[in-house]
Amino acid sequence: MKKNSKIIKFFTESNKAFTLISILLGFFIGGLILWLSGFNPFRAYQIIINGIFSKPTYISYTIIRATPLILTGLSVAFAFRTGLFNIGAEGQFIIGSAAALAGYYINLPAILLIPVVIFIAIFFSGLWGAIAGLLKSKYGIHEVISTIMLNWIALYLQNYFTSIKGFAKPNSEATKYIYDNAKITFLDNWKHTDQGIEWLKNHQLLKDILRTPANFGIFIAILCAILVWVILNKTTLGYKLRAVGFNKEAARYGGINIEKYTIISMFISGSLAGLAGGLHVMGVSHNITILSAMEGYGFDGIAVALIGNNAAFGTIWAGFLFGALKYGGTKIQPFMGAPSEIISIMIGTIVFFISMPNIIKISLNKILKKNKKRGDNAQ
Amino acid sequence: MKTKNVPALEMKNITKKFGDFIANDKLNLIVQKGEVHALLGENGAGKTTLMNILYGLYTPTSGDIFINGVKTIISSPKIAIDNRIGMVHQHFMLVKPFTVTENIILGKEKKNKFGKLLVKESKKDIIALSEKYSLFVNPDEKIANITVGMQQRVEILKALYRGADILILDEPTAVLTPQEIKELGIILKNLTNEGKSIIFISHKLKEITQFADKCTIIRRGKLIDTINVNTITEQELASKMVGRNVNFIVEKKEANPKEPILKIKDLVVKDNLGLIAVNKLSLEVKAGEILGIAGIDGNGQSELVEAIAGLRNIESGKVFVNNIDLTNKTPSDIFKNKVSHIPEDRQKFGLVLDFSVKEDFILQTHSNSPFAKKGFLNGNEINKFANELVEKFDVRPTDIEKNARDLSGGNQQKVIIAREVTHDPQLLIAVQPTRGLDVGAIEFVHKSLIKQRDKGKAVLLLSLELDEVINISDRLAVIFEGEIVGIVDAKNSDVNKIGFMMSGGESKNEKK
Repeated sequence: MKKNSKIIKFFTESNKAFTLISILLGFFIGGLILWLSGFNPFRAYQIIINGIFSKPTYISYTIIRATPLILTGLSVAFAFRTGLFNIGAEGQFIIGSAAALAGYYINLPAILLIPVVIFIAIFFSGLWGAIAGLLKSKYGIHEVISTIMLNWIALYLQNYFTSIKGFAKPNSEATKYIYDNAKITFLDNWKHTDQGIEWLKNHQLLKDILRTPANFGIFIAILCAILVWVILNKTTLGYKLRAVGFNKEAARYGGINIEKYTIISMFISGSLAGLAGGLHVMGVSHNITILSAMEGYGFDGIAVALIGNNAAFGTIWAGFLFGALKYGGTKIQPFMGAPSEIISIMIGTIVFFISMPNIIKISLNKILKKNKKRGDNAQ
Repeated sequence: MKTKNVPALEMKNITKKFGDFIANDKLNLIVQKGEVHALLGENGAGKTTLMNILYGLYTPTSGDIFINGVKTIISSPKIAIDNRIGMVHQHFMLVKPFTVTENIILGKEKKNKFGKLLVKESKKDIIALSEKYSLFVNPDEKIANITVGMQQRVEILKALYRGADILILDEPTAVLTPQEIKELGIILKNLTNEGKSIIFISHKLKEITQFADKCTIIRRGKLIDTINVNTITEQELASKMVGRNVNFIVEKKEANPKEPILKIKDLVVKDNLGLIAVNKLSLEVKAGEILGIAGIDGNGQSELVEAIAGLRNIESGKVFVNNIDLTNKTPSDIFKNKVSHIPEDRQKFGLVLDFSVKEDFILQTHSNSPFAKKGFLNGNEINKFANELVEKFDVRPTDIEKNARDLSGGNQQKVIIAREVTHDPQLLIAVQPTRGLDVGAIEFVHKSLIKQRDKGKAVLLLSLELDEVINISDRLAVIFEGEIVGIVDAKNSDVNKIGFMMSGGESKNEKK
């Protein structure tokens, strides 16, 4: 009896259970749409799952996909926890990736160059985020408006620089590649040498993994999640930021400088999204190209933060889920001809249910009550 | 016809648990037809929980409800309304741009077969209803344009329109002026004469002895007693409610004022609309005295305090504390100069409601030793400090991890007072420190203020309750239109004269 009520409590009150239900509902509705379009949903899910887990190469790609999403998710979650809605992760991502091109202009030993490039990416994207913070605290401009605009400014700024001589490779829409010393891809040079190719022939697992641009990014992303958790919960900075987020008036009364901490919060949020961009250049693309549209890492970060309940560690899981679906989902197209847009529908559904928590809570309560009544009557 | 000995309402052995917390513990409540039954208890005693159960907002963990002797399960407000139970909430649930008529019929509209609203007919019904109970309202007036007292009548009419026989009034007098409270008393009489039963939630003893026939007293979720009101005094009611003897008269020693701590010179402060709210105000508060400021709401009190606390810009004039110029300094600078402030709105300014109690205890001091070291919070020290304060100031529940939001108003105030007093200030500013609190909590607040005074601190008290200012203060300053129009000795003060000054009578004479 007691156990039973505990389970009920878990499902009606815990955020985790609720997120889980939203995800399952997303899968269910995605499956329903597949079925309605004449595809076998079970086979589709089988393909997706195989496409994520069946080979080390796939797992490696999933992790590569998840890395920037975890960081942009953290960016949005961090801002949200301090009472700000950062729609600008997209633009901050762009600035971070552009700033990582410093890896082409500076040459140092890898052990120095990598931290320097990361710092530059964090710093400039942080400033980019702080602009929105400054506009909010000095002129009362809402961060949603300013960050959306800053996204576009960042996009065209990148395209402009990419088209300037000296930055761009001649006759191409891309910049030059960063120095090898600035790359964080695992054994990027060695794996293409004769010696490396020879050695990998005998080590299938590593060969599979190294076939992808596997890199250190994921460790940095997880480290950042830990850092975010520590900052928010264990430091005076986090205390101040949360106080401002929960109740500005009380924070002011308590002697906290709201303007200053709004800017700081947007700086940190921006630098997290920018780090995602920076790591993407350092680990995967090694250069930047003219973008015809935004790539969506930042916007996906909003959904990741939401699914992760704006918690540091929740964001890691949500980032992996998102990365896995985005990577594995593309495979239903070649294998069974089903449109991979189904994945977007699925993610949309998950977000939809999570943003309307009461729908699930109310219907769950009703179902549970009915069951209870039945149980009572049976007695 | 029902016989008289079947009660209109009987709640039997009602228990309601929220997790491990027992809000109602085997409560019994019997209300007869035509009776005003008061429900008395401190903040957080479980009165509102019990009424929310009756109105179908909560499901009881165990226990039964009988209406006119029939066992009834009330699982939603709709079922409550079907069973002729009506509730008037403390905060009114009215649509402001709608007229009185529209609000009353909302959800139970009269329509013809094409779905057209029959406004005229509805209006007739309402006029008939209001005449029957002498509850006069203007059915065509918009809610936004009528007084709070009128809005309350609309709420009562709304319940009656839905056929309520049992009417729950949740702290109905909290928002009313003394005149309106008198009128409410007459309304209650009319309703009971027509056979309605009224459950009257309150912690104001005076009203209970005036209006109620019976009174059920709840303390910490448990039933203490149900008594006939005419056989008991206010004093006895109060001690039953808080579980010990309560002193109505504030005991204090003679004040021993020393050097001035707070000096305000020609202070000018503007309100949110940019109009002058504090007009060349000068004032001194000495160490070891409580200076009370009496005045009608909106005469610059809030602006004055906010200016001293650094929350509002000072246009001209000076504020000194201990001879240090604190004019237009930041709140944290002012705090560092030993000024503590119990703010007027505890939920807006005083607390971060989504913080745990222990986090709220360190709102100003979170960066100071021993709570923080090199930018990191020291959890052990914070817990130790919070546990000490919770025990010393009797904050309930004692769980320091609980969010401030989950505490009752009185306990929220205790958290603020505990924090502000522990800062060991030179100047303590208290604004409306007892608003919305029950007798026990009020006594606690008053004692805390006097204790600070006896320690040699300067205390500046602002309150809209004249009795409170007179009882607690040593000196009393009257504020009118942003100016101090007179300072009197509180001990020998004449209430009528102060009232006259508060409404601007004295100042005009003086100026001429």
